[in-house]
Formats: sequence, structure tokens, C-alpha cells
Amino acid sequence: MNPTPFNTAGAVQTPFTQGLPGPWTAILVAVALAIYPLIMSSLGQDFYINLGSRVLIFALAASALNLALGYGGMISLGHAAFLGIGGYVVAVLANNGVYGAWLSFPLAIGMAAATAALIGVVSLRTKGVYFIMITLAFAQVFYYLAISLPDFGGDDGLQMSARSTVPGLDLSSALSFYFFVFFTAGLAFVLLYRLVASRFGRAIVAIRENERRMAAIGYPVMRLKLAAFTLSGGLCGLAGALLANASTSITPHTLTWHQSGLLIVMVILGGSGYFWGGLTGAAVYLLLEETIADHTEHWNLVLGALLLFIVMAAPNGVMSLRQQLAKLLGRKPESDATPLAVTANEGEAK
Amino acid sequence: MTYLIIEQLLNGLQYGLMLFLLAAGLTLVFGIMDLINLAHGSLYMIGAFLAAAFYQAIGSFFPALLLAIVFTALIGIILERLLYRHLQRMSHLSQVLATFALILIANETVKIIFGAQPLMIGMPASLSGAIEIVPDELYYPSYRLLIIVVGLAVALGLYLLVNRTRIGMWMRAGASNPDMTAVMGVRIKPLFTFVFALGAALCALAGALLGPLLAVSVGMGESILIPAFEVIVIGGIGSMRGALVGSLLVGMIDTVGKLILTLGLRTVFDSATASTLGPTLASMSVSLLMVAVLYFRPTGLFPARG
Repeated sequence: MNPTPFNTAGAVQTPFTQGLPGPWTAILVAVALAIYPLIMSSLGQDFYINLGSRVLIFALAASALNLALGYGGMISLGHAAFLGIGGYVVAVLANNGVYGAWLSFPLAIGMAAATAALIGVVSLRTKGVYFIMITLAFAQVFYYLAISLPDFGGDDGLQMSARSTVPGLDLSSALSFYFFVFFTAGLAFVLLYRLVASRFGRAIVAIRENERRMAAIGYPVMRLKLAAFTLSGGLCGLAGALLANASTSITPHTLTWHQSGLLIVMVILGGSGYFWGGLTGAAVYLLLEETIADHTEHWNLVLGALLLFIVMAAPNGVMSLRQQLAKLLGRKPESDATPLAVTANEGEAK
Repeated sequence: MTYLIIEQLLNGLQYGLMLFLLAAGLTLVFGIMDLINLAHGSLYMIGAFLAAAFYQAIGSFFPALLLAIVFTALIGIILERLLYRHLQRMSHLSQVLATFALILIANETVKIIFGAQPLMIGMPASLSGAIEIVPDELYYPSYRLLIIVVGLAVALGLYLLVNRTRIGMWMRAGASNPDMTAVMGVRIKPLFTFVFALGAALCALAGALLGPLLAVSVGMGESILIPAFEVIVIGGIGSMRGALVGSLLVGMIDTVGKLILTLGLRTVFDSATASTLGPTLASMSVSLLMVAVLYFRPTGLFPARG
């Protein structure tokens, strides 16, 4: 890590190379995720296959948020809106007799991306805390919409009588649905990889590190950020479409700011700005929830304590612990990493 | 009809002033400490639960209110010393996460101690009636009037504190430029602790006062947190005047907007649809107001920094 003196306060410090996995890691992860349901299926554990599907869906949502938050440095507290929009598009279409995934999925992605573009145009004018609050306010608007429109089922949400239909595939069994999620999310992950490895990906990381300098060099900063935010929203919409299918229902709870918070939690648990951060975070979160909720009803207390610990001990996520460890064993921690404004306050205390 | 609107205006004033109690603390903590505190609503919830617990123990409203304020302020001081002081040095993202974690912890702890059932606080008997404002036409509950009076008194007190005292001068200086304030010799750490305790006390006051009107329940902090945030963003982070104007604006739009929108929608939809759509549209319009303010004035109506 070699921070420039122009570091903006609060920027997530991830060197660019650590944001990209090697090809072997990707193959290994893919093979493991493909074998997992086969083992569970031979053991007759449909429950764990469904859990796997949920992990993959939230991995996709968290990775989508990671593109905006981790790579782009845009702290959105409103990504639940895109998740919810994707889910509601699929559920509303299903309630009107349209089950074909060929129509509902692109529409879900398109609606979520279009909404993200609109929200982005307004929100990206603001910075810092104001950006956090404005994304939150937008998400609240969609939450209020969902609970009040009778066509959307109000507080109860919408039920689907069956999962979406894909030609030549029956999604009703746990195993086939898992592989549908696996391939859909897999495609999205390939896309995400191509994105962050491209010039575009490098540009948004650079904007995160120093927006003013990028603008001065002549990059269209606003357009790049908007593109990243829109793509992030669209992919979140895809996750929402899958999520509605997983439980064949969607409720306004998907749109709450609590859900937006949980998505951030997953990104941070995994490591923001790391390619596998979303997957790791979703897996760690859902598996912890599953194990701990079995033993105590106070899962949220455990989660809260764990989160506090992580924020204090590893602010860049679990994936960054490796570096932290190396830092502890090898060389002294770099003190320059603290933002300028803070140093002034600390100087006063001494 | 006119009286209905007057009554709703009073309700809007009452809701706005209660929002102000939360927003005042939030905007000071935000402005002076540059700290985004999602758990501010939890202090409000804790204040309400403490007031309910003390009320059940001693059976009298005002002493319970005072005890709740003192204990919530103490909790605020402890939190500031243990947690917020360190969070302040971290990124906004870390602050969001840590205070989100605090919400989870506070909700679960309150659930463990007080149970999942909502608690009730009894209104003081002398205030349970209604006052006749216009003979035979307009009655208004005296308890709600008390809330309005207390809210106005606190607003005036805060105005005097911020604008007429030395501590207030430090607070304004801190909100405008904390580093420079520290360099000029203001001991800013005790000031942070004081501001945080004040914010917590105001939360408890709002929570305890609203206790008899609402059910004291676990999720109550989150439902008022979002409007409180909208208020301070509309008003401009760190600005007390902005918090007051924003609170009244949001309170009026939410309360009066509900009535007008519901009545207006009745002409188009059937009354059942109108009475669910109206309140929602009012809540949405508050969010949209905030979006509009941020679009045209990205630092709020009354920017404190600059």
C-alpha cells in the first residue's frame, strides 16, 4: 500500500491488483460451487441446496454493490431498492400470467438499471454523507410505493404460484434451480470480472482514489461513475429476480433500509474492492446466520457484536486480514494511511 | 373543515417539534464530530423504554421523564467515550456499519430486557383531557399542547445556548471548522462528550414525551430516524436553524399532506384506496423534498460549513 498524499478522507484503500483474482482461483471456486449441490443431492439434503442458491443470489447482489461501493467508492445505502425492483417485476409479471424468464428477467434488469441511472443522475451530484442519505431517501420512496399499492400486495407482498419458466429446464426442483442460479450468477460474475479488469474498471478505481485528479486528466468522471452505478443497480435487479424465484414470493421487507444495510455488511464482511468480496461476504453472513440462529433467537445481537469487532479490527473486510497479518509480522503499520483531517484532530489530543 | 385543518396543523407542529428534538442532536453530532450516527434513533427508543420502566416502577409521569433523560444522557456519555470517539477517526463507511451494528445490539438488548410486547406509559391525569380552543368547534388534547409547549421551550433554550453562550460559540465554531477550532485552543473532546450527552438527553425527552401517544416498541427508533435524517439533510448538516426549519417543514408536509392528499384522492379513488395511498404519498413527498433540496442546494438550505 502506498497512499498518495492526495487521498480523500474515507476512501477504501485497496491496491488495484488485489481487486482481481487469478484464473485458477476462479476455476477452483466454480468447480467447488458446482460439486457442492451434487454432494448435497446425493445426501438428500435439499435444504442445503436451497441455502446454496440463496448464498449465490446474495453473492451476486453483494458483488453488484461491491462494484459501486468497493471499486467505485460510492457508498449507497439504497441498493435494496434495486433488489426489490427486480423481484417485484418478476412477481408482478407472474401474477399477470407471464412466467417466461426470457421476458421477465431482462425486464427486471432493465427496470433496475433504469432506476439506478435516474437515481444516479441526481445522487452523484452530492458527495460523502449527503450521497449516503440521498440513496437512502430514494430507496424509502420505493419502499413506501410497495407497501401502499394494492396491486403490489401491500404489506404482505406478492406470491407467485410457480417459478419462472426457462425453455428446456424445469426449475421446480432445488437442484435444477441451483444450477440455474449458478449459471446466471456465473455469467454475471464473468461480466463483472471483465468490467473491473477493463480500462473502465481501472478508471473507476482511480476515481475512487482521486476524483479531482482524474477529472483534471480529462476523464468523464460523472459519466463513468453513473455507468458503474447503473450497472451495479442492474445486476442487483437480476439478483432480485432470482430472489423472488427462490422463495416464489416477494415482500416489502426486501426494500427496507435494513436490507440495504445488510448488503453493505456483506460487502464489508467479504472485503470491499476485492473481487470475491461479495461471494465471501454473502457466504459468511448466511452461513453464520444459519448456524447461530439454530442456537439462539438473539442472532442480531451476535451479528451486531461481530460487526462492531470487524469495523474496529479489520475495517477493510475479512479479505484484508491476510495483509493485516503480514503487516503485523513483517513491517510496521503505515501511519500515513490516516486521512489528513484526522491527523489534525489527533495532534490536538497529544 | 377549517377546524380539521387547524387541528392537523397543530398535529404537524407537534410532530415537527418532536422531530426537531431528534434532529437537533443529530445535526450537532453530525456537524461538529463529522460522525454519521444511525443509532440516534436507538437512543430515542432507549429513552422511551427507560421512561416506561421508571413509570411502571414509580407510577408518576414527570419524575419518570426526568430519570429517563438523565440515564439516557449517561448512556450517551458512555457510548461516546467507548465507541464514538474512535469511530470519529474512521471513514463514513465504518461509521455507517458500526452504528448499524449498534442498532441491532440495542434492539436485541431491549427485546431481551423488556420483552417483545410494546409497553404503555400512562398520561398524567391532569393532562388527559382536551382544551376547548374554539367553543364547541375545536377541542385539542391538552397533552399534545404540552408537547408543543415543551418543544417550543426546548427550541428557544437551544437557540439561546447555541447563540448566546460560550459553549454555544464553541459548538458553532466546531460545526464550521473543527480543526481550526481545536487550533484556536478550544478543548474539543469534552465538547464532543457534552454535545453527545445533550443529543442523547433530547432523544430521551422526545421518546418519553411521545410514549403515551405511541406504543413504546422495539422498532420505534428506526421509524423516526429516517425523517430525522431527512430533516437535517434538508436543513443543512450542522445548522440548528436548518434543523428547526427542516423539522417544521417535514412535520407539516407529513401531517397536513396526509389529510390533503387523502381528501384529494377521494375525488378520484374510492375512500379505502385513498386512505392507504394518502399517507404513503405524504411520506414519499418528504423523501422527494429532500431529493429536490439536495439537487438544487447540495449542502442543504442553511449550510453550516463554508
